[in-house]
Amino acid sequence: MSAPTDRRPADRDPRTPDDLHHSRLDDVPGIVASTVRPASTRPAWMLAVAFVLVGLALWQLLDLHVAAAVALAFVGYLVVLYVVYLRLGGERVAKDHLVRALVYFAFALAILPLVSLLWTVVAQGAGRAFDPDFLNQTMNGVTGLNDQRYASGEADFVGGAYHAIMGTLIITGMATLISVPIGMFTAIYLVEYGGGNRLSKSIRFFVDVMTGIPSIVAGLFAFALFTQIFGIRDAKMGLAGAVALSVLMIPTVVRNSEEMLRIVPNELREASLALGVPKWRTIAKVVLPTAASGLASGITLAIARVIGETAPLLVAIGYARGLNWNPLEGPMNTLAVYAYFMFTKPLSPAVRDPSLERAWAAALLLVLIVVALNLLARLIAKLFAPKSGR
Amino acid sequence: MSKRIDVNDLDIYYGDFHAVKDVTMTIEPRSVTAFIGPSGCGKSTFLRTLNRMHEVIPGARVDGEVLIDGQNLYAKGVDPVDVRRQVGMVFQRPNPFPTMSIKENVLAGVRLNSKRMSGKAADELAERALRGANLWNEVKDRLDKPGAGLSGGQQQRLCIARAIAIQPEVILMDEPCSALDPISTLAIEDLISDLKTDYTVVIVTHNMQQAARVSDKTGFFNLKATGQPGELVEYDSTQTIFNNPREKATEDYISGRFG
Amino acid sequence: MTATPTPARRQPSSAKPVRRPGDLFFSSASIGSATIILLTLAGVAVFLLIEALPALTAPADEVSGGAGFAGYVWPLVVGTVVASLVAMVLATPVAVGIALFVSHYAPRRLGQSIGFVIDLLAAVPSVVFGMWGMSVFAPRLVPLYEWLEQNLGFIPLFADASTSGRTLMTASIVLAVMILPIITAVSREVFLQTPSLHEEAALALGATKWEMIRTAVLPFGMPGVIGGTMLGLGRALGETMAVAIILSPGIFTWNLIGSGNNTIPAEIALNFPEAAGLRLSELIAAGLVLFVITLAVNLFARWIVDRRAEFSGAN
Repeated sequence: MSAPTDRRPADRDPRTPDDLHHSRLDDVPGIVASTVRPASTRPAWMLAVAFVLVGLALWQLLDLHVAAAVALAFVGYLVVLYVVYLRLGGERVAKDHLVRALVYFAFALAILPLVSLLWTVVAQGAGRAFDPDFLNQTMNGVTGLNDQRYASGEADFVGGAYHAIMGTLIITGMATLISVPIGMFTAIYLVEYGGGNRLSKSIRFFVDVMTGIPSIVAGLFAFALFTQIFGIRDAKMGLAGAVALSVLMIPTVVRNSEEMLRIVPNELREASLALGVPKWRTIAKVVLPTAASGLASGITLAIARVIGETAPLLVAIGYARGLNWNPLEGPMNTLAVYAYFMFTKPLSPAVRDPSLERAWAAALLLVLIVVALNLLARLIAKLFAPKSGR
Repeated sequence: MSKRIDVNDLDIYYGDFHAVKDVTMTIEPRSVTAFIGPSGCGKSTFLRTLNRMHEVIPGARVDGEVLIDGQNLYAKGVDPVDVRRQVGMVFQRPNPFPTMSIKENVLAGVRLNSKRMSGKAADELAERALRGANLWNEVKDRLDKPGAGLSGGQQQRLCIARAIAIQPEVILMDEPCSALDPISTLAIEDLISDLKTDYTVVIVTHNMQQAARVSDKTGFFNLKATGQPGELVEYDSTQTIFNNPREKATEDYISGRFG
Repeated sequence: MTATPTPARRQPSSAKPVRRPGDLFFSSASIGSATIILLTLAGVAVFLLIEALPALTAPADEVSGGAGFAGYVWPLVVGTVVASLVAMVLATPVAVGIALFVSHYAPRRLGQSIGFVIDLLAAVPSVVFGMWGMSVFAPRLVPLYEWLEQNLGFIPLFADASTSGRTLMTASIVLAVMILPIITAVSREVFLQTPSLHEEAALALGATKWEMIRTAVLPFGMPGVIGGTMLGLGRALGETMAVAIILSPGIFTWNLIGSGNNTIPAEIALNFPEAAGLRLSELIAAGLVLFVITLAVNLFARWIVDRRAEFSGAN
């Protein structure tokens, strides 16, 4: 406390004694203090409401493009907000409110496409998705002519997604059968056997690498592999698709399972080993049951991740119009691939609507499955969680 | 120049839980006031209400008033940001900003609270604050090194330097030595005695010897039973509290019979 | 790794190690599975290379475009990278904003449910994004593109507006929506992990909320945000269906708001069903190039995210 300017004698102090806004920092030479004046948040909310109205007016009355109206209104809001709070509370308060507005807007901006997407899928797909005919028919023998006759009212709607639903279940089921043992045992190795040795480190690294494989590359890999084994004519089969999905699914299973096994308290393992229980029984009877709910929830999420994959199946399985129960021979169909083909290559280029209807119905089914799997995963994790968990 | 604090009928709540009941006290300027008491008695919570840091915890609210030189911190139109500029705080564990150098750490608060600062003023202020925290001689050659590289005790003094750099009127310390070794603790205690020539210092401590060594006045907080609100049992000069307390509970606590 | 138990190894000297069948099964199954993963990854590289070899070694004039494989794949690489970078640039600020909203602005309960909704957004199949992007989103962007052409047309990026909206720019915006949840999830995690010690330190110095975020939260979370952004970029690079559906593909052009351009994954998806012979090999080779690019990006992302541990300064 050596500098002479540090303290001024009290009698020369210009402040009123009860002035909280003034601090001793303001008297240090070379510093321009930036104070904060208290400002209520009410003007911010009132301005927000006002500018929502401005945005609506720009859109409806001045007939601006909705995005332009929103953008203009928001920029206007930011400017007015900043100026108002600059007067009310000073620069720092103004900046604080500016950032708050930006953060809230970012949130609204992200909700918008989600709502629009869900609305579109439901509105376009709900009409057909729950029609028993759609759920029970395949596309076998259905051509553009059927669609044209349906459009002109001469015939009933034909052609559904039964084969695609079955294909989705078969292929995803096989992928799960392949991925879960491999993924779980790898996770068991990493947590229970590896103990940070060189192999476990490299496995962890390669699992990371695997997480980043683009889905279409996984499809190309399965195709290339099966071409080498079965020859190029017979390469496209359901199993190839399951292998492609497994490449995408294994890393997710490993990561989720590893995390779940790690939070099993060590005391449990030690207690079991101390009783003379062999290691494998400790894992099978103590570790896995304790982590069971977490493992199940992780696997459910992994299934949800791959069930909507299109690109790898497009490449590895091809496209089937009819039902194919045999995953070892010939193309199959899945909901995602079905939606893609119905959407981009309508049966009748002149009468696209029936095909689009099928595409959106398949998309809606797919979204419902994914949402259901996500909710299921949460439910499992919540309901069956071990009581003593952290 | 440092300011006097008057607390009138202060109640603290977390949601529905009544945490501290009906505290009234006066803290004299340029003195060290210590709060002691068993864990969970609300002394740290009460300390936080003196610069409105309790508001960081969701659901926390207070009833009553805290006057700093007559100005109520909880009056309408008082911004907590402003309060904290006047009433600095040092925490239980040293918390220098990990990405900043020693000098940047000291000046962090000043930079927040100023529009412009000349390089000369920055250098002077940093040196003055570090000297004020008895740290200057140890770090003057490595001001641009990260603050996280210092020892625990040095980090805590860095945090004190950071708090005094913005020239507060009052410094609150929430168990500032509980994470430190005995030698660093001694350095901080020496520093606290120096600080009271310029600041009003309020310190919460678990260590009764520390309270006896550094403080002029001591407040004893206690709770009647778990689930009950904490309250200020006795508040007097440190001499009195430690030598002939009025209340039985204080005597029991001081003599180590509980807590 | 610290959590892993180190159970007492059986001492070979004291007794003959009892090889229980159960133990043998568990340890060999574990090591076997781990090895399968390594083999799969090697397999991806090897089999793609085998199938790609004809295209890589073919004479220049036999490859599509007649300029060799490099000449064929180069515009696709640029298209892929441009689309993904634009998506990343668009998504990152919004994602950081949402992450801050969830971690520091919204009430905790609301924040948690928003987190779940954002995760759900990540789970929507890409083919659905593509259908939505083409049928709902692309037409809405046409007026914007026209405006850009009229007012900023002197910039080559906005030279000529498409009338369908099925452009690289539209694909980029949809990609941005798709990678938003990834960047948000990673950023939200690191923001929530900011030590409250540092937040309180900033607040006790008299910081406003934004100043606290700038002083304590952003420096702490920056490596995580960068890592999340890179993961998002990796995802955008490999995203197939959305681009394949939305884009009306063509030769490479710098004009982002007109038709033209293509990306590697979309090129593969669009042409694979009808491809045969050398064409097939070309597409697989293009996939190999994509694999290498995403590998590089993902490794870089991992490296940054892992480095965060050293940055955190939490002691």
